[in-house]
Amino acid sequence: MAHDASSGKDTAATSSGLDVGSVGTAIEPSTVGHAEADGGLAVITTDTFTNPGLPPTRMRATDLDPKKARNAQRAVYTLFYLSIAGSIFALAAYMAFPISDDLNSIRLNTVFLGLGITLALMGIGLGAVHWAKTLMSDEEGEDIRHPVRSNDATRTAAVQIFDEANKESGFGRRTLIRNSLIGALVAFPLPAVILFRGLAPEYNNPAALLETTMWKTGTRLTLDPSGLPVKASDVTIGSAFHIIPEGLNDVPDRLEQKAKAAVLLMRVNVADLTISPGRETWNYDGIVAYSKICTHVGCPVALFEQQTHHLLCPCHQSTFDVNNECAVIFGPAKRPLPQLPITVDGEGYLIAQSDFTQPVGPSFWERS
Amino acid sequence: MARKPAKANRRHPLATVVLIAIGLAFTGGGYALFTSTATAQTDTASSTSQSSVDEGKKLFAANCQTCHGMALEGTPAGPSLLGVGAASVDFQVGTGRMPLATDGPQAMQKPPQFTEEQTQALADYVASLSPGPAIPTADQLTANGNATNGGELFRINCAMCHNVAGAGGALTEGKFAPDLTGVDSKYIYEAMLTGPQNMPVFNDHNITPEDKRDIITYLKYLQNNPSPGGFELGNLGPVAEGLFIWIFGIGAVVALTVWLTAKSN
Repeated sequence: MAHDASSGKDTAATSSGLDVGSVGTAIEPSTVGHAEADGGLAVITTDTFTNPGLPPTRMRATDLDPKKARNAQRAVYTLFYLSIAGSIFALAAYMAFPISDDLNSIRLNTVFLGLGITLALMGIGLGAVHWAKTLMSDEEGEDIRHPVRSNDATRTAAVQIFDEANKESGFGRRTLIRNSLIGALVAFPLPAVILFRGLAPEYNNPAALLETTMWKTGTRLTLDPSGLPVKASDVTIGSAFHIIPEGLNDVPDRLEQKAKAAVLLMRVNVADLTISPGRETWNYDGIVAYSKICTHVGCPVALFEQQTHHLLCPCHQSTFDVNNECAVIFGPAKRPLPQLPITVDGEGYLIAQSDFTQPVGPSFWERS
Repeated sequence: MARKPAKANRRHPLATVVLIAIGLAFTGGGYALFTSTATAQTDTASSTSQSSVDEGKKLFAANCQTCHGMALEGTPAGPSLLGVGAASVDFQVGTGRMPLATDGPQAMQKPPQFTEEQTQALADYVASLSPGPAIPTADQLTANGNATNGGELFRINCAMCHNVAGAGGALTEGKFAPDLTGVDSKYIYEAMLTGPQNMPVFNDHNITPEDKRDIITYLKYLQNNPSPGGFELGNLGPVAEGLFIWIFGIGAVVALTVWLTAKSN
């Protein structure tokens, strides 16, 4: 029996106290029946019940019927044999379906190798669980927790060992050595701090990087990915051109630059455009260029609907109105897409008048 | 008696319903008869260009001009067809998008309403009135280009709407970019060239004929080769994959958990 030996006496104590008024107070001086307990302020439960103990063990079908037990045993070892077969199948599949240049070979290799390994692991797992559930004894028992504290002799011996080590090494006595060792251990991780700092961008002000792009006055608008310049006459009404700045393919940090400088070039009927003061010269005969980087979280906005002139961001459905300077008409974006002022050069190629007049992409802390 | 005897009614209670049904059948049948006679006269379309144009003119007058105008100038109900070219007509009529069945967010693909000869005649007629992109020739449609280049161009220019595997995707207000699987090479080419409905135009200066052929090659490659990653689940990405794992993956985990903790009988 696992329950506390004194609980029976508690029950006896409350049952003997017939005074109904005293039952609710819960704290009472231990005067009745608590011979060996401390007479302090013990909380006495007045409504304890006796530990009912474990319910009787329910016999399983496999416990009662030896035939069923044999069946269960057969199922378990069959599963284990299946696992072996799965492992061998996986080995064979690895050799039978090697990965070649043909992409389809990857599919066959993965599927059959995966099937074999799945069978191998599932066989072991299902077999083990079935074994435990049907054949291993399921009688419930109790293990009383043994005390964690060592006995006094062991404890004294342990302290002696430490004392002895301290005496032999002089750790407590030679304080100069000890303190210099502590100092060395404190100094040791310092290089790691510098090394980890070195992984961060080394620029002093990341905000400055976000405020400018590769576009400069006179930079030609070129096609993504070929880098061929685009003539204004090539851009027919309803067209959408995916544009990168000239020379982007030659810079070492191509992707970083592209992530800021990507532009979508569209041509709409110039009469449909609503142009705010100061932007009159930013389009060229209805050809407009807008940053492709969404002002919400920076996805590429490129789903251009040529009839409705909507520009949709595929990530969170922010919708911009190209006719109205890419004003937000739906979705979580808060600012219009920045417009790139464009014009044509002497040869008829589209060029940028300047960089974007505001930082592209999502908001950042230092953005004014 | 609350209920009158049936004979007191001059007409059977179902008479009105039957009358309406007969009327509808007459109207519908008459309409079908009329429209089939209107198109039946075009069955003798000749192969020569001028007679094809004449044939197209008749077909246009019977089927298109209500919305697109007598001289292709457009009406409030439909856009002008001046300058759209034969390629646009071939795409819209050949895929059944035109004539439009109902007003809606966008014209839906349906079984073509005209034969190939009639579609050609319509295209010839529209092209005869104003210049525009021509129907691509057979050698522009051979899907034997560079699939790698086509894949890169597809991802830059097309994938944001049509999905990276060409499985299509949603646009605004009920519009959508259609699935490109199984679409005829000619219609893919014409769609790029003319920009039907809300699709932008990708003219030959933007995507050259060779690049268009590469893109078609890429799409046909995707179509003819199973995905190396196993089941595509429609190539719809995280929605389909998430749904699959929520139902079947977590379903299997729940079933195993129930089995693990259940007592053996």
